Amino acid sequence: MILLATLLVLAVAAVGWWLARKRAREIELRSSGHHDRLHSRPVYHGLYVAIWTGVPALLLLLLWVAIQGPLLDALLLASLPQDVVQGLDENARAVLLNEIKTRAAGNPLPGEPAPYVAEAVRRLLRWRAIANMAALALSLAVALAGMAFAWRRLSPTFRARRAVERAFTWLMLVCASIAILTTVGIVLSLIFETMRFFTMVPLTEFVFGLRWEPQIAIRPDQVASSGAFGMIPVFAGTLLISAIALGFAVPVGLLSAIYLVEYASSRFRAFAKPLLEFLAGIPTVVYGFFAILTVAPAIKHFGDALGIPTAPNSALAAGLVMGIMLIPFISSLSDDALAAVPNALREGSIGLGATRAETIRYVLLPAALPGIMAGVLLAASRAIGETMIVVMAAGIIATLTLNPFEAVTTVTVQIVTLLIGDTEFDNPKTLAAFALGFVLFLITLALNMLSMHIVRKYREQYD
Amino acid sequence: MTDRTHNRAHEARDRAEKQGASEGGAAGPNGRIDWHSPQMLARLRRRHAANRRMKFIGLAAIVLAAGLLSILVGSLLKSGLPAFRQTFITLEFDLKPELVKPQNMRRGNWRKIVKEGLLRALPEDMRKNRKLRRKVLKIVSRSAPYALRDHVMENPHLVGRIIPFDVLASDPYDQFNKGLIPEYIVRGERKRPNPKLGGPEVVRAFRVLKEQKRVHLPFNWGLFFNADSRLPEAAGLAGAIVGSFLTLLVTFLISFPTGILAAIYLEEFAPKNRFTDFVEININNLAAVPSVVFGLLGLSLFIGFFGVPRSTPLVGGMVLSLMTLPTIIIATRAALKAVPPSLREAALGVGASHHQMVFHHVLPVAMPGILTGAIIGMAQALGETAPLLLVGMNAFIPDISNMGLTEPATALPTQIYSWADSPERGFVSRTAAAILVLLGFLLAMNALAIWLRQRYSTKW
Amino acid sequence: MTENRDITIETAEAAQERAAATPAGEDKSRPTSPVCGHKCKFITRNVNVFYGEKQAIFDVSLDIPDRSVMALIGPSGCGKSTYLRCLNRMNDLIDICRVEGTFLLDGEDIYSGDIDPVLLRARVGMVFQKPNPFPKSIYENVAYGPRIHGLARDKTELDEIVETSLRKAALWDEVKDRLDAPGTGLSGGQQQRLCIARAIATRPEVILMDEPASALDPIATARIEELIDELKENYCIVIVTHSMQQAARVSDRTAFFHLGRLIEEGPTEQIFTAPREKQTQDYITGRYG
Repeated sequence: MILLATLLVLAVAAVGWWLARKRAREIELRSSGHHDRLHSRPVYHGLYVAIWTGVPALLLLLLWVAIQGPLLDALLLASLPQDVVQGLDENARAVLLNEIKTRAAGNPLPGEPAPYVAEAVRRLLRWRAIANMAALALSLAVALAGMAFAWRRLSPTFRARRAVERAFTWLMLVCASIAILTTVGIVLSLIFETMRFFTMVPLTEFVFGLRWEPQIAIRPDQVASSGAFGMIPVFAGTLLISAIALGFAVPVGLLSAIYLVEYASSRFRAFAKPLLEFLAGIPTVVYGFFAILTVAPAIKHFGDALGIPTAPNSALAAGLVMGIMLIPFISSLSDDALAAVPNALREGSIGLGATRAETIRYVLLPAALPGIMAGVLLAASRAIGETMIVVMAAGIIATLTLNPFEAVTTVTVQIVTLLIGDTEFDNPKTLAAFALGFVLFLITLALNMLSMHIVRKYREQYD
Repeated sequence: MTDRTHNRAHEARDRAEKQGASEGGAAGPNGRIDWHSPQMLARLRRRHAANRRMKFIGLAAIVLAAGLLSILVGSLLKSGLPAFRQTFITLEFDLKPELVKPQNMRRGNWRKIVKEGLLRALPEDMRKNRKLRRKVLKIVSRSAPYALRDHVMENPHLVGRIIPFDVLASDPYDQFNKGLIPEYIVRGERKRPNPKLGGPEVVRAFRVLKEQKRVHLPFNWGLFFNADSRLPEAAGLAGAIVGSFLTLLVTFLISFPTGILAAIYLEEFAPKNRFTDFVEININNLAAVPSVVFGLLGLSLFIGFFGVPRSTPLVGGMVLSLMTLPTIIIATRAALKAVPPSLREAALGVGASHHQMVFHHVLPVAMPGILTGAIIGMAQALGETAPLLLVGMNAFIPDISNMGLTEPATALPTQIYSWADSPERGFVSRTAAAILVLLGFLLAMNALAIWLRQRYSTKW
Repeated sequence: MTENRDITIETAEAAQERAAATPAGEDKSRPTSPVCGHKCKFITRNVNVFYGEKQAIFDVSLDIPDRSVMALIGPSGCGKSTYLRCLNRMNDLIDICRVEGTFLLDGEDIYSGDIDPVLLRARVGMVFQKPNPFPKSIYENVAYGPRIHGLARDKTELDEIVETSLRKAALWDEVKDRLDAPGTGLSGGQQQRLCIARAIATRPEVILMDEPASALDPIATARIEELIDELKENYCIVIVTHSMQQAARVSDRTAFFHLGRLIEEGPTEQIFTAPREKQTQDYITGRYG
């Protein structure tokens, strides 16, 4: 129904455009040669009318679509018999609403509906029909009103082009603001859910707790292992795996960048750089599969052979594969940092009789250090926020350990594990994922900003 | 230089030389340096050796990275290539009406028909073997009866006849036919038959079928055209490919125009003020936010608040478009920057307004660069898994006939994740094959982007 | 056009032997040239330099005497810097650059496999057009060369080397109280003198200067020229300059390059007052360049 309304509005807008353009052409023809000449080309007149016809109506429809769902839900709930609704908590209410909506959609559910449910279904269908009609009628009315309003402005001296261009600039501004809106959206939604979480679980337990066991008694009579929501072991797992990853990726990435910038011939560079780009473009789910297919078994084999008890999903396996993923990242950032060092410094050092290695060690690396460090920070941010590799290759039980041969879990693993499957926004398990996500967001934001700050601060040195 | 100063200089030099020759290595501050002393030469050798070492470990690092890449690709190929072929067995089935139940074919005893078809192909003595009769169905897929049923339901005139039909082999026998699992499991001294194959009689029966040339290994079109299934031999990527396509469509439709308009605004129209700076900072930050967080946003805002249906390409596309936006904005800005000012000035010179200059003159010229950026953005979006998992886009889709933007769906990377979780051997192979398909798509998209860039990059 | 010169070239070892055998003073066994007799620091013959397919220097033969200043002048792009960079093998850094010809430093061919470019560049120092001090302290800048070559046995010796070099570069008095300050914090002229001190610290025999004062103001330029005058008593200096006045003020001999060829070479006074070639004359009088 909404689709129909949208199409109708667009059709009306198109008619408006065509009519307005025709009219503008008439005015132009009548007054050609006189000072009655049109300010703007006819097409702009057409666009002006079309915009006033279509945009308000479409915005109305958009708003309607967004609000109709929650509004009808609230009304429906209010219309149910009070004695039924009182006894239900939020979860059960959501289930009830779901049942009503599913039956209304014509999908079969087992069992016969209770009489008040059947009544509610009928009511919902009625309301929906009314709402759709109303949406259609209202949007058409707004469209026609808009067209009438815009039509009256048409005249030879009307600055249609300016008006249309202004409207366009606003459109572009809105598009640009979506970036801000997205950030705001992320922050708000995360904060909102996190706040709800902290009403159920104390902040101190989350920040300082050493046990992470997100079990919640599902039924009131279950022996409740009261869930423990201490985030420290989870973050420790993230740090362990990230440290392994960076410990592997930073030397390999940096050394390969050094070779590519200082020693390699241009032919070699032309061949090696695409290779590294390819590594960088591989989706992380592929790396995750590689970890479980090849790396984790190999490490277990290796560990067992050495007599070290190794988990099949050891932190070492996940960390190594994550490191492989990060190599091209660090290599290309270090490459940029080294290439940005002015050639004059290189020549100055070589001119004094230094070998390439001495030039690299004593002149270039110190000079490129800020850029390299910024790159490492960005890579750390990447490692901490990485999901698929650890979801597939790391563990689920939160263990506080430094042993890379054991299995640990990470923040991202927990977020995914807690949210896969049906989620109700009610129990601490689901909300814990948001709390973790919020902390993750803050940490990666801090690392990114620190990285940008370092680059900006030290860039001035060379300009 | 006069002679006097000349001689003085020479005397000084000689003094220094004598001095230098008696000390090791360098001379004092006033003498000539003996660059050829043993100490100096030894030091030089050490320095050059250190240089060679650094060059070597740099090269070693690159070789290591290349080696790891080839191990990655190699293991994917080794595991996944076999899945591109699938074992079928040609048999004749007697469609007896009493078994087929023509009035209600869904109630027919298709298992029996298949079993009899199998036995009919075997020699008399095998047919009588009780053990074999019980286990012979292990050779074919559990989906085989349904496949036969669907075939007959589409062609009801076949009832009562004996028809040839290709049935899927079961996963163990598919693996066995490809030589990937052994007939016997050897553990130390003991050798016992592989339990997955159902027993030596069944294996023998399979061999007989092979000798009769009934067993084929054609290209596995099912991998691309079948929907998902619990049985690895019947599982395919059709649902995932359609789901990814729909999702990327939504992503493109949202992020392409929005990203271009935003970039044009920032590059051509925005005044230099705090707001613009703030927008730019935001874009850079968004590009570095972990993908999981976008999934959380989708879950709480799009699904929770706006009520967009879960697991659908619509919500998946919305989330991915937010992630692709920074990429498109940055690529578009670069493309716009590359358009030379002379073009802009020429447009303004003939009386075009700022808008007209940008949209009629600059934008078309910058379009190839913008498209390249968009394709690369789409390629990145294709590989994203975590946010799609959080919005539920890994539904089990056994039937692709009613997929749509607002129906539950799955996508290629999430399908890979689901299959990777399944323990059956056949799924390991298929997961690797699915990854190869995904990488194939990515390679094609990147190649297209590069070709576009080469073809249309004009040297100003 | 340069005249045909007769020379005998000996191997490095033979030259060394003879050097050990003969008394100090003029080494009569060294290859001789009509220009500077046996006191040549550099003898270069038939130099051709190519960048890929493009030839930059065409058959240049030039002799550079010791303890003097040789100026290389000519319009921009005529190859003077390229030629200069051949003298300390800096052109090796450029992949596509190919150098042909003979370069004898004290009788030894610097492009032969026997000579280590690392040592060569310690003996033949270079100062660049734009001052390029390392982002280190003043002390560390000057100490860099001696450190890597191992020229000082302890800190005291290193301190002495740094002080001597800074004094010779006429910079000591200005920076002696702030040796730890960053070298990049100095003024342009001071930075260039720091680069000269840095080059001197490795006790070179030759100092190559590629337009050392072109990025400096007139006062700093004058100080650099004074410095060159002092330095030439102990070093062989080759300076590329686009300023004829500077060449006239500072150098003992001048070589005029044009489009990769050596047009004329001789004592500075002669070049500037009575040039033999018309092209030289045109350049001197400002007809072009």
